[in-house]
Parts: sequence; structure tokens; C-alpha cells
Amino acid sequence: MNLSYTPRSHAKASVPYTRKSTPMQWLLIALAVGFAILFLLLPLLNVFAQAFASGWAPYWKAITDKDTGSAIRLTFIVAAISVPLNVIFGLAASWAIAKFNFPGKALLLTFIDLPFSVSPVVAGLLFVLLFGANGLLGDWLTAHHIKIIFALPGIVLATIFVTFPYVARELIPIMQAQGAEQEEAALTLGANGWQTFWRVTVPSVKWGLLYGIILCNARAMGEFGAVEVVSGHIAGQTDTLPLRVDKLYNEFDPVAPFAVATLLAFLALATLCVKLFLEWKSRDEA
Amino acid sequence: MAGHFETGPREGPGVSNPLPGGKITLGFTVFYLSVIVLLPIAALVIRACHLSWSELWTLATNERALAAYELSLGASLIAALINAVFGSLLAWVLVRYKFPGRRWLDALIDIPFALPTAVAGLTLANLFSEHGWLGQFLVPMGVHGAFTRLGVVIALTFVGLPFAVRTLQPVLEHLDRGVEEAAASLGASRTRTFVSVTAPTLFPTILTGFGLSFARALGEYGSIKFISGNLPRTEIAPVLMVARLDQYDYTGAIAVALVLMVFSFALLFALNGLQGWASKFQQP
Repeated sequence: MNLSYTPRSHAKASVPYTRKSTPMQWLLIALAVGFAILFLLLPLLNVFAQAFASGWAPYWKAITDKDTGSAIRLTFIVAAISVPLNVIFGLAASWAIAKFNFPGKALLLTFIDLPFSVSPVVAGLLFVLLFGANGLLGDWLTAHHIKIIFALPGIVLATIFVTFPYVARELIPIMQAQGAEQEEAALTLGANGWQTFWRVTVPSVKWGLLYGIILCNARAMGEFGAVEVVSGHIAGQTDTLPLRVDKLYNEFDPVAPFAVATLLAFLALATLCVKLFLEWKSRDEA
Repeated sequence: MAGHFETGPREGPGVSNPLPGGKITLGFTVFYLSVIVLLPIAALVIRACHLSWSELWTLATNERALAAYELSLGASLIAALINAVFGSLLAWVLVRYKFPGRRWLDALIDIPFALPTAVAGLTLANLFSEHGWLGQFLVPMGVHGAFTRLGVVIALTFVGLPFAVRTLQPVLEHLDRGVEEAAASLGASRTRTFVSVTAPTLFPTILTGFGLSFARALGEYGSIKFISGNLPRTEIAPVLMVARLDQYDYTGAIAVALVLMVFSFALLFALNGLQGWASKFQQP
């Protein structure tokens, strides 16, 4: 099961239906646009409206708060560790799966998809059961003074788990479609393995790779359930931005949770812009 | 389409492959997968095996747990149905009609995918509350969208919508228009063409989109935490699991987690079959 989606190829996208418009057609368009505005655009706009409901000062106070600052820092640190690791994994997995044949490939692909179908809170629980004080490795970790749960390593592990398939999922179909002929040609012409990989393979999948990275990053920075279970909610220490929103919300502050949420909404807007750019770029090149 | 890799041996030079790095990349892939995904899942299974089955069964099936599954399944089902209807409408309008702002509408579809679920829950709860932009009209009419079961359905619909649209959209784009034109030239009306030619071809794909958004809804937690208001009436299974964990009831949390895992593996299995079936309809 794939709970992400691949960038649509616009190369073959059909020209919209140009048969004469009918009242039925306009009714359907109005319904679709109305639904999208009420249900998709309004919630996004509402984040900003509520954040600035009492003006600029409370907004500024909320996002420059010390605990919010450390939440921003933690969110970036977690993404900066988990996204590159999943990129390396994605490149390795797609190289092995798309360019080689081996027994058990179908099973491996199913396993790669697994994190998409596990509830994020269950993902968090898995790490608590493994590394928590009562976990399987709990005694050993305590004896060696290693703290994973309620600390940065646990948050990073849970984030890697929930964002695990994003990059691999984007790259595998693209590399499979391209086959291995170009790489073989490069090798024949005397390039070594690394040169072939960096100069032939990576450039040919670059838009798909970037697309996977921004999706992976958006999920890594925005993940709530899995991180909440392993974080322990220590303000200023293990609160990421989404957890900070939750904490402020539970304090019944009318502005602050929305103010912090705008930072995540900006992340969403940036992700959407990059996605549009990538679709436009890959259509351009097709 | 989503969920389909070619796994059979390829023909041509790929089979006896001179490329380097096969063993090391495969080794790293299996190692990373084992550490990040398989080992933690094994931890759950090992822990569960050490618990008494009767205790697990009692905790997995007590009244509170059954009510949570019921709401999880019911609300996810309703949300997925709404998404199947409106997702199909959106995909249809985006692919078949030309109108100003079509690109903007297309971009809006991804909002639930890009917006962190905590933010989605926060803003939806506010939108449907008494003083919210929508709630100020709806609450006087008796429609309470915040801190109710309706709110749970609203949030689950929001997070699942892109799956329904984006599953159907590429299939619609590549649909062979010739068959529809043939039906029309044989005298079928537009409605008749749609009902007897277009809709049956698209049905498996719509069902796949329905399944994907259902699966997404079943595991959802972040948005629900905000919009459900932590009430017994609005408790879904993932919320129950976290509530038990917060009280250090590990056995209770494991029991719910196992049930959720069974649900998701059953869905994974069903969806893989469904996507295989759907892809048959996409071949001209």
C-alpha cells in the first residue's frame, strides 16, 4: 500500500475536455471549487487569521518565546538527521532494487512500504517497547547511561520510521523505468562505479529525488503522533514544533498555538511551492 | 500507479548485470530496514508473547476498547466514503474541464498532505467551534463540528482527501477517450455513456482511493487529538492507545496496538490485491 503518491507525469496529460460547456459542467465545477475552498483553503487561511487575531504583538511574543525557539531548533535538528539518512537509504535501496535481480525482491518492497501502513502512535510505541525503561533493551541502556526514549535519539528514530519509505518510493519506479543501459554505457566508456552513479544515475533521477526529499522533510518536521509517544514532553528539551502547538493549545491560549502553527503552515506552503516547481520543471524536460 | 513495482526479471542486459555495488547497496538496504522497521516490530511481538493471552484479550476487547474500534472504523468508513465522492468529483473536474483557476484548484488538493496533522486538527477545531468562521453559522443550526464525533469524521476526511483525488487523477488522464466517443457516436447520451462506459472502468481505481484514505484515517492521531477534545464519546483507537500508555498501562497499550496492526496488515493485503485488479482496467 502506498500512502504517498508519485509526481504525476504531465507529459501525456490530456488536454482538458473542450466539448461545449453545459450547465451540468458548470454545476460540477462550482461544487468542486466550493468544496475545495471551504474544506481545504479555509483551514489554512484560518491558521493565519487566528494567529494575528490580536495583532502583531502577541504573535511575535509567541514565536520568539524561549521554549518555541528550542522547539524550532529541535525540529530542524531532527529533520537534519533523519532526512539525509532516509535519502542514503532511498538511493541504496533503489539502486539495488531497480538495477539488480535477486530472490525476495517483492517481499523487500512490501517491507519498505510497511511504515506507511502502521499508525504513527504504534510506531512510537514500538520504540518505547524496545528502548524504554521497561523495554527489551532498557536495562542494558540504563546500565550504560544511554537515554533514547524521552530524548533526541528516540525522536529521531521515530521520525525516521514514519518517513522511511518516502525517498525510496519516489526513486524505485523512476530507476526501474530507466533501466541500466546508460550506466552500462558509462562503464564501458571507462567510468568507475561512483562516477557512473553520481554523473549518470543521480542527474537522471534528480527531480524525483528532490520531490522525495521535500515530502520526507515535510513529514519529518510535521510528525506528531510518533514523536509525542517517544518525546515525554519536556518543555525546552524534547518538544518539537507540533508538540509545542499541542502544549500551548492545552494551556487554552487563544493566539499562541496558532502563532506557532503558522511556522508549520509556512513549511506546508514552501513544500507546495517546491512541488509545483518540480512538476513544472519535469514537465518542461519531458 | 501507486503500489506497483515491476518485480519480475527484466529482459535484456539488466539480467546479467555488470554494474557494481549490488551487494553493498542491498546489504545496506536490508540492514537499515532491519534496524529501523523490523527490529522494533519484533520488539512488539516479543513483548506481546511474554504477556498472558487472556489478559491481552481482555484488554483488547473490553467495553472501552470496543467502543474505540467502533468509532475508528465507523468514522474512517464515513470519511473514506465522503472522500470517494468528493475526491472523484475533484479529479473529474480537474481532468475533464477547462476553467479559470484550474491549476490553483489542483494545488489546493495537496494542502492536507503538506500541512502537519496537528495544525490541521487545531484549525479545523477552531473553524467549526461556536465562534469559528464556519461554526458561527453551523452551531446555531445544531451542527457541532468541534469536540464531537462529527468533528472526528471532518478531520479524517480532511487528511484522507488527497489520496482519493491523486489515485484517480492519473488514471482519468490516461483513460482511452475512444471508447467514450464510440459510445457517443452509437447514440448513447452523455449520462448513459458515463454510467455504462466510464464509471465501470473507473470503479476499481475509485475503490483503491477509498481504501487508501480509509487506511490513512484508521491510523490518524494528530488531528484527532485536537478536534476530539479528549472525550470518552470521541475516543478512537490510536487515542486510546496513547491514553493507556500515558497511565503506564503497557499491556493495555500493546493490546490496542496489536489490534491496530492487524487492521493495517489486513488493509495492506486487501489494497495490494485491489491495486492489482485496478491496474488490469488501466490497460487499453
